[in-house]
Amino acid sequence: MIAVRNDTLVVEDLKKFFTTTRGVVRAVDRVSFALGEGETLGLVGESGSGKSTVAYTVIGLFAPTSGRMLFEGKDISKTVWKRPRELTQAIQIVFQDPGTSLNPRRSVQQILELPLQVHRIGTRHDRKRRVIELLQRVELPEDYLYKSPHMLGGGERQMIAVARALATGPRLILLDEPTSALDVSIQAKIINMLLRFQKEMHLAYLFITHDLSLMRNVATRVAIMYLGRVCEIAPTDKFFRNPTHPYTQMLLSSIPVVSKEEEAVKPAQIVSTGEIPSPVNVPPGCGFHTRCTVCSTPCSESEPQMVEVEEGHFVSCLHFPPPADAESVQTR
Amino acid sequence: MNTQEQVVPQRRLERLRKGWYKFSRNPISVAGLAIVVVVAFLAIFAPYVSPYPAHAGSFVDFATSASAPSLRHPFGTDAFGRDILSRVFFGLRYSLTMGAVVLSLVVLPGVVLGLLAGYYQGTWIDTVIMRVTDIFLAVPALILALAVCSVLTPSAFNAMMAVSLMWWPWYTRLVYGLATSLRHEFFVQSAEVIGASRWHILFRELLPNCVSSIFTKMSLDMGWVILIGSSLSFVGLGAQPPTPDLGTMVADGAKYLPDQWWIAIFPAVAIMITVLGFNLLGDGFRDLFALEEV
Amino acid sequence: MATTILQIDDLHVSFQVYEGTLRVLNGVSFGVDGSQRVGLVGEAGCGKTTTMRCVLGILQTPPGRITQGRILFHDKNLLKMSQGEFQKIRGSGISMIFQDPVAALNPVFTVGDQISSVIRYGGHQKASAKAIKARAVEALHEVRLPDPERMFASYPVQLSGGMRQRVCIAMALATEPDVMIADEPTTALDVTIQAQVLRLLDALVSRHGTSVIFITHSLGVVREMADWVYVMYAGSIVEGALKDELFERPLHPYTLGLMAALPKLTGGGIAEGIPGRIPDYLHPPSGCRFHPRCPQAAEICRGERPQLTELSDSHYVACYLHWGDCRA
Repeated sequence: MIAVRNDTLVVEDLKKFFTTTRGVVRAVDRVSFALGEGETLGLVGESGSGKSTVAYTVIGLFAPTSGRMLFEGKDISKTVWKRPRELTQAIQIVFQDPGTSLNPRRSVQQILELPLQVHRIGTRHDRKRRVIELLQRVELPEDYLYKSPHMLGGGERQMIAVARALATGPRLILLDEPTSALDVSIQAKIINMLLRFQKEMHLAYLFITHDLSLMRNVATRVAIMYLGRVCEIAPTDKFFRNPTHPYTQMLLSSIPVVSKEEEAVKPAQIVSTGEIPSPVNVPPGCGFHTRCTVCSTPCSESEPQMVEVEEGHFVSCLHFPPPADAESVQTR
Repeated sequence: MNTQEQVVPQRRLERLRKGWYKFSRNPISVAGLAIVVVVAFLAIFAPYVSPYPAHAGSFVDFATSASAPSLRHPFGTDAFGRDILSRVFFGLRYSLTMGAVVLSLVVLPGVVLGLLAGYYQGTWIDTVIMRVTDIFLAVPALILALAVCSVLTPSAFNAMMAVSLMWWPWYTRLVYGLATSLRHEFFVQSAEVIGASRWHILFRELLPNCVSSIFTKMSLDMGWVILIGSSLSFVGLGAQPPTPDLGTMVADGAKYLPDQWWIAIFPAVAIMITVLGFNLLGDGFRDLFALEEV
Repeated sequence: MATTILQIDDLHVSFQVYEGTLRVLNGVSFGVDGSQRVGLVGEAGCGKTTTMRCVLGILQTPPGRITQGRILFHDKNLLKMSQGEFQKIRGSGISMIFQDPVAALNPVFTVGDQISSVIRYGGHQKASAKAIKARAVEALHEVRLPDPERMFASYPVQLSGGMRQRVCIAMALATEPDVMIADEPTTALDVTIQAQVLRLLDALVSRHGTSVIFITHSLGVVREMADWVYVMYAGSIVEGALKDELFERPLHPYTLGLMAALPKLTGGGIAEGIPGRIPDYLHPPSGCRFHPRCPQAAEICRGERPQLTELSDSHYVACYLHWGDCRA
C-alpha cells in the first residue's frame, strides 16, 4: 500500500537524533505516516515518545537527521529558515503551553499582526481590520486587541494562538497538545472550534496528544508512539474496536473514565507497570519489552516491523510477524 | 476612528496609573524615588538653588575659612572659605552627569551584544562576543580606570571614558543570561516558525522581556558609577580643582578630620544618600515592571 | 455514624487588588469524615486551591483576607489558632501533596534528608537519627520505590516524575496524618504512570485509614479515587454526592455541563461546552453565580444564592431547580 504522493503531508522514515553529553537521544526513530486534506491524524504518546519532536521537525524548528518530509509533494526536509516563504505560510503550529506561547510583553494586536506583516498580507491600514476578523472567528471581542496575554486565562490565550495560526491561511496545522493544560469545558469549546475551521477550510491537522478519549472523538486516524517509534496506527474506529499492540492496551487501560460504558471499552487484563525508559537508553529490540506482559526472548533482540493486521490497521510487534513474502510496508 | 484616538491616550493613562499603584505599594521604593528626584532637582538647578553659586568656582575668602555649620553656611565652609552646601549641590551635578553619560554610552552596545550572543548561543558569534566580554570583566574596574586616567591627562571627561570602557560588559552578561533562557520559549519559536526576521526576534520579542532587569540594573549602576567617579576624584584623577566634586571634597576634607569634620562628612553623606536613593529605586523598578498575575 | 474530622463552614475569602476587591470564596462549606476520601472537583479559578490554602494556613494575607467562616479540625477552629499551634498541626495532623513533584522537592537535599526532616518535625524531635532513618526507609519501601536504601541517599533530580511523586506521598504519610490533601497529585504525570500512582495511593490510604481530600479538575480521576464528590464553581460548592450517585444522576446544571463536555472513550463527539466564562470576581453575578451561563436559569436564581441542601443522605445540591425535592 503506497502513500499518495500529493497528500498534504507525507513523512518517510523520519529520524531525529540529538547528541547530548549523556549519549545519543533517539527522539524519533524511523517514523512514517501520511496525512490527507481534511484529515486529522492523532499522534498519541507519553513522555519520551517523540511525538512533539515529530511536530517540531515537520514545522522546521529542527532539521531531520535522516528521512524525508513532503508537503503537497514538495520536499520540506529542512529548517524553517531554508524553506520558501509560501511554505511557512501554509504550515502553522499551535504550541502546548498557553503561558509561554504568546509573548507576555506584547499586545494581542501585535501578536496577531506579526504573521500578516511577515507575509505581507494586506496593507498596513488593512491589517487591523483583518486582526479584528481573526478575533471574531475565535469568538473574542474587539477590545481584546489591547490586552496582554498575562491578563487572559489559559483558554483565551490558546484561542489567540489558534487565531494566529489561522492568520496566514494555512493548509496544515500542527496542534501540540493544545488543550492539555485547559479545563474540560474550555477544551470542548476550542476543539469544536477547531473542527469547524477544519470543515470550512479543508485543513489537515496533525494532533499531538496523550489523551486517547479526545482522539476517539476528533481524529480520523490514530497513531501510538513509544520511545521514538510508531507502535500502532489505524483509522479511529478500527483502532478502538481492536487495540492490538500491548502498549496501546496498557495506555487504554490506564485512562480514568466516568461511565460504565467506557469501562467496558478498556482492556481489563493489562495493568500499567514499570517506568518509561529514557530515550537516551532505548532498550534493544522492541523498546517496550521492559514493560510488556506478553513479551518473549526475541523481543529484546530484534526490532519489530510494521504489519497490516486488518485493512489500514498496522501494528509493530513481534507477535505479529510479517508474512514471509511481504516487501517492506509503507503505512498510509 | 475617533473613538480609537480617544481610547489610546486613555489606555496609556490607565497603564501609568496602574504602574504607579504597583510601584507605590512598597514605601521603600517611593523613598528611593523621592531621594532621586530631590537630588536630581538640586543637581539640575544648582546654580539657582545654591546660596553661593560663585563658591563653586575659584573663590577664596580666608576670613570665613573652615567655619563650622551655621545659619549662613548650613554645611560650614572649607579651607578656602567656600560654602560647602553650594559645592555639594554642584558636586551632585557632576556625579549625576557622570552617571548619565556613562550609562547612555554603555547600555545600548552592551545590551545589543548580549542579545546577539544569547540568541546565537553556541555559534562563533557567541564565542567571540562573550570571550571579549570575559577579558574586559577580568580587569577590575577601578584599576583600569586608574590606569587609563593616569596615562591620559586627568580630567572629568577622561574619567567618564575610562569608566565607560569597563562598564558595558556587565550589560552584555546580564542580557546574555536572559536571552539564552528566553530563546527556547515557545513565543520565540512561534515567531521563528511564522518566519519573522532575526531583527524582529531580537528586538521585538526578546528585548521587551529584558527591559525590567536592564532598568533595575541601570538604577543600581548609577550608584556604582557615582562611587567609582568619586573614588577617581579622591585620588586626583577625575574632576580637577576648582570644580567641585564630592570625591575631591572628601579627599581634601579628610586632612581636617576630626576637628573640622564638616568639610569631609557632608560630601560623604551626600554620596551615600544619592547612592542609596538609586538602589532603592532600582528595587522599585522590579515591582513596576512585574507582570500582574491573573 | 462517622465522625467529622475536618469541617469547613461558610468560608468567605477576598483578595485586594488594584481594581478593587476580588470576592473569590463565597461561602464554602463541606466536611470530611474519618477515613473518608473526598473529591473536590472544579475548574481553574473556582477557588479550590484557595480553600486548601486556608485549611493549611498558608493563604497570603495581604492581598488575601478571610472575611467570614470557620474551619474546624477535631472541633478546634483553625482560623483562630496562633501560628505556633498551627505549626503542630500542619504536617502531622494535616499534610499535603502538591501538583508538581519537581517543585515540591528541594533539589539540593537528598530524598532521605527531606523525609527525615518531615518525620522529625512531625513530632519525633527526640528520636535518634538511626530511628528516624529506619522510619524513612520504611516509608520509601511502602510507596514501592525500588531499593529504598539507595533512594534514601539519592537526589530528587535523579528520579523520574512518578518516583518523585511517590516520595512526596511518602513524606505526606510519614507522620500518619488524620487528613491528607492531594492537590492534583497526578496531573503532571504520564497516563500510565498516573494509573500506577493512583493505585498506590488507593492502597496506602486504605492501609493507614487517612482521610483524603482529592483536588482535581479531572472527573475521571475523582471517580477512581473518591468515595464522596463535591463539585465547586466560582467560590462555592454546587453539588455533593456519593461517587456513584453523582456519576449516575448528576443534577446541578454545571455538573451536567461538565459531564457532557468530557470526551468519551465510547465516542459520540464532544458537546459544545458551557457557554460564557467563569465570573469576574470583582463584580460577581448576584444570587447563584452560575446563573448567567445556566440554560435553565430562572428569576429566582438572580436573587439569593441557593444553599447546599440535602436531597437525600447521599446527595446534596445547591440549585433552585431541585428545591421542591429537597428535604426541608
